[in-house]
Amino acid sequence: MNWLRNNLFNSPLNSLLTLASLGLLWLLLPPLVGWALVDADFHGSSRADCGSGGACWVFVINRLDQFLYGLYPLEQRWRVNCVLLAPLLFIVLARSRRAGRIRNWAAAIGLFIVVATWLLHGGWGLPVVETTRWGGLMLTLVVAAVGMACSLPLGILLALGRQSELPVVRAVCVAFIEFWRGVPLITVLFMASVMLPLFLPEGVSFDKLLRALIGVTLFESAYMAEVVRGGLQAIPRGQYEAAAAIGLGYWRRMGLVVLPQALRLVIPGIVNTFIALFKDTTLVLIIGLFDLLGMVQAAIADPAWLGYSVEGYVFAAAVFWLFCFGMSRYSQALEARLDQTTHERN
Amino acid sequence: MQLAVVASLLVAVTWIAGNTAANLESRGIASGFGFLSSESGFGIIQSLIAYDESSSYGRAFVVALLNTLVVSAIGILLATGVGFVIGIARLSSNWLVARLAGGYVEVFRNIPLLLQLFFWYFAVLRNLPSPRQSISVMDSVFLNIRGLYLPRPVAGEGIGWVWLALLIAMASAGVWWRLARRHQDATGERRAVFWPCLAMLAGLPALVLVLGGAPLHFEFAELRGFNFVGGIVLIPELAALVLALSAYTAAFVAEIVRAGILSVDRGQTEAARALGLRRGLSLRLVIIPQAMRVIIPPLTSQYLNLVKNSSLAAAIAYPELVSVFAGTVLNQTGQAIEVIALTMGVYLVLSLSISALMNWYNQHSMLRGRG
Repeated sequence: MNWLRNNLFNSPLNSLLTLASLGLLWLLLPPLVGWALVDADFHGSSRADCGSGGACWVFVINRLDQFLYGLYPLEQRWRVNCVLLAPLLFIVLARSRRAGRIRNWAAAIGLFIVVATWLLHGGWGLPVVETTRWGGLMLTLVVAAVGMACSLPLGILLALGRQSELPVVRAVCVAFIEFWRGVPLITVLFMASVMLPLFLPEGVSFDKLLRALIGVTLFESAYMAEVVRGGLQAIPRGQYEAAAAIGLGYWRRMGLVVLPQALRLVIPGIVNTFIALFKDTTLVLIIGLFDLLGMVQAAIADPAWLGYSVEGYVFAAAVFWLFCFGMSRYSQALEARLDQTTHERN
Repeated sequence: MQLAVVASLLVAVTWIAGNTAANLESRGIASGFGFLSSESGFGIIQSLIAYDESSSYGRAFVVALLNTLVVSAIGILLATGVGFVIGIARLSSNWLVARLAGGYVEVFRNIPLLLQLFFWYFAVLRNLPSPRQSISVMDSVFLNIRGLYLPRPVAGEGIGWVWLALLIAMASAGVWWRLARRHQDATGERRAVFWPCLAMLAGLPALVLVLGGAPLHFEFAELRGFNFVGGIVLIPELAALVLALSAYTAAFVAEIVRAGILSVDRGQTEAARALGLRRGLSLRLVIIPQAMRVIIPPLTSQYLNLVKNSSLAAAIAYPELVSVFAGTVLNQTGQAIEVIALTMGVYLVLSLSISALMNWYNQHSMLRGRG
């Protein structure tokens, strides 16, 4: 009772606001719950099973396979599932005593990329699955994972280049970063799909997915570079000078002294860039790749299921939201933990 | 090291240029911007300046650019308004209000913009009734699948006097403001400024409007056959884009506003109250100016993001720069390099000039250290 008085009705204005908010909730929640759960249909196989007036989750459940795997051949899907297990391995690695070494991480990620490419694409004993058949959530995750794994190192290099004492290197990096940050991702993808073929010798053709991956990576690495630069600038000059004083060369100075401190400072920023990247993966549908949203969009246009667009979008939104919200919560927790350790040391 | 960088860049550039020239030649595409003056041959559903199928590609470019600016301007205004309200609501002492605002932010910023855009366009606006079953408000505003129809103000004879009255009102309000300021500097007494100025600005033109026999009337949209004619129409593509962009960006603006207000030390509020400033005044004279210093740089970058994100319109065929120019024009002419370069150039110029402005502002408003 006390809590109510202190937090909801402590002044006339607040009481009014509380009542207005309750009214808003009353208007929104009951119909929403009714639509999504109470009146919804869950079982069946065609639109004829959706007659109760609520949400038709039958549509989503029937198409779930496509939403998750795209057109990946049914009997080969175990390969995708294997790749999806990989994060577990990384968690094991993170818990082990060797986690501190950046070299181990790089080796693990490199190995993972090779194995995952082999598993997903095939060859060497496995039947080849063309990337045109990749789709759904699986494609979203592939674009996001490759984008993250490639844009971080590239971004670090660009940030170092921007701080470099060599004017040419600095100018090139600044121009590169400002260019990619100044244009929308969609024009980058357009460029990757219409201009890249013009830039290469005749006869050399690129996979569409690979072109999109290059576009996404270059674009996000520019944003990553700016985040890392923030960290580099926050490291006191003394650290740079001390590292030079003990006779370390440029790469060891950066790799052993500056970067470990700088990256730790900007982990939240890096995760935020990852979240933005994850949301940006949806744009690949504009150049004709079928990621999760692309699959949903295609399923909605299917005459057998006309009129269930809301259900499709809500499902896709829920999936994206879970990933992004999870990442942002993780970054907040990490931030809190890092804050704590630095305070303890001071 | 530097020589190596320059050399490898040069090699890469010549290699790419050589490949491109060879490719263009083999496809029979002439390079250059000459195509801009040839006839476009396609229509655009929304244009602010005169445009039809016989206009040139260059004119289509301008139309598309203006459409980008229109949607960005409306989006920025709405996103700022909603964002500030939500951001302040998140700091409310009212538990429920703060939670609702927090929920808004978490929902809208964690769902991809393109998905939100599709939702508004395909799931909401495409399901509106047909023109004959329009939702109407007092028979003057109509909403249907073809768009939102608003009455259009039509200026009649003598509208010039109203504009003149508005000018005079603006000038006198300015004078009043300065006088009040001087009075306060001299005597310390505060004079009312807001209400008298509002009265002048709204009252004088209204008075002239009535006295002049109302040289302004409205043209209402009318149902003729299967569609409405007349009035101002807001096409559904624009509405969906504005809804999605402003709802999405507002979530980010809200976070920026919250961080800005939190960044002002509590002591500042207490000091302002100790000086005897009322709550509203201490907010306006002490808190907000300091918060703005923190708010404005990230806010501008959000505005820039909004302008860049407006290019997602290509996915729902709102006729802005990317969909008209990098879409239709590119397909018709095949001038990939020129078209993409021009499109990217526009965005690049926009963002570089705004960030230059930002840097200038930053240096201008930076806390001056002592000594």
